[in-house]
Amino acid sequence: MRSVAQFQILLLILLVPGISTAVSPEQRIEMGKAIAFNRNAGNCLSCHVIADGELPGMIGPPLVQMKLRFPDRSALRSQIWEAAKRNPDTVMPPYGRHSILTEQEVDLVVDFIHSL
Amino acid sequence: MKAGLFILMFLGIASQAVADPEADRVAFEKFYKERLPGIEIAAHKDGAYALDAAKREQWLEIEDFPPYEIAVDEGESLFSVAFANGKSYTDCFANGGMGIKQTYPYFDLDRGEVITLELAINNCRDANDEAQLDYMGEEMGNISAYMAFTSRGNKFDIKVPEEAVEAYEQGKRFYYERRGQLDFACSSCHMDIVGGLLRAEILSASIGHATHWPTYRFKWEQIGGIQRRFLQCNEQVGAESLAQQSKAYRNLEYFLTYMNNGMELNGPASRR
Repeated sequence: MRSVAQFQILLLILLVPGISTAVSPEQRIEMGKAIAFNRNAGNCLSCHVIADGELPGMIGPPLVQMKLRFPDRSALRSQIWEAAKRNPDTVMPPYGRHSILTEQEVDLVVDFIHSL
Repeated sequence: MKAGLFILMFLGIASQAVADPEADRVAFEKFYKERLPGIEIAAHKDGAYALDAAKREQWLEIEDFPPYEIAVDEGESLFSVAFANGKSYTDCFANGGMGIKQTYPYFDLDRGEVITLELAINNCRDANDEAQLDYMGEEMGNISAYMAFTSRGNKFDIKVPEEAVEAYEQGKRFYYERRGQLDFACSSCHMDIVGGLLRAEILSASIGHATHWPTYRFKWEQIGGIQRRFLQCNEQVGAESLAQQSKAYRNLEYFLTYMNNGMELNGPASRR
């Protein structure tokens, strides 16, 4: 519950014009984490083990050493946007293409995942 | 020699184009045997509880005092009540409606459509000038639970006659087609990643998906049919949910139940 409230406050900060420029990279990672962990948003934990995440699923690979696996941030973004582009048989939902998350939210999640 | 080879190749292609439900079923069974080698096909009638010993323990304790017992009892009394015209359900079904669920759904040649047990119950009421029952309601759940109970231990024996191939194929397409915001097909969860953990939930095999209905789900706090689960699955993946007993759901149930041919019926059951 606390994390949802936190997430909404952080999102407010981002959305209010003028304040968004003040968001630090660390804050973006925190915001991305809140979206990733939220069951009604990214819900990444339903399939991936992520540090700090409770009750993770084990469908996809654990999200560790992400900079090693995705030296190129845009490749990670593309994976989250539409994983089927790289692997047509994937079961990973197309977060960007199907508007499960907004473009802004995808970018925040990418920041968070890339930090792992 | 070359011509012979060509003819063989041609025959191969031609036979692939012709629908062969039994070949589909054999391949389906083989898939799960290979994917989940430690689990007997027959064991999948218990769904996810066939795949996890700890969850199975908990479930067996629940089944000691089955939450669907009242539904079966009430279904029995409802089933025996005569309609206003003096007839009753027993007049609508083979063998008085007892021990027949293994033949449902079937393809009705006169109507040219798939008839599920629930639809047959309402068709029976129609034919006797009784109001139809709500497919998600308690009364339908209770009557179908009683009929399922009398069919326990029987094995599915679904037929797909020539005329039914199109309905079967439509059901099969629905099963393998991706849909909804999450872009999942039935097969995404129940084949591609079957046995995997979605959070703490284990994804069950589709071989066994038809055996145990209607089911008391704690999530529903009620007994409900397989199509209610279809609806919920569609909602869970952010897809359009269809009406109970719509043609698409009936065809899907037809395909799925055919895939369960030879498996033992063990409904009604309980699920989380």
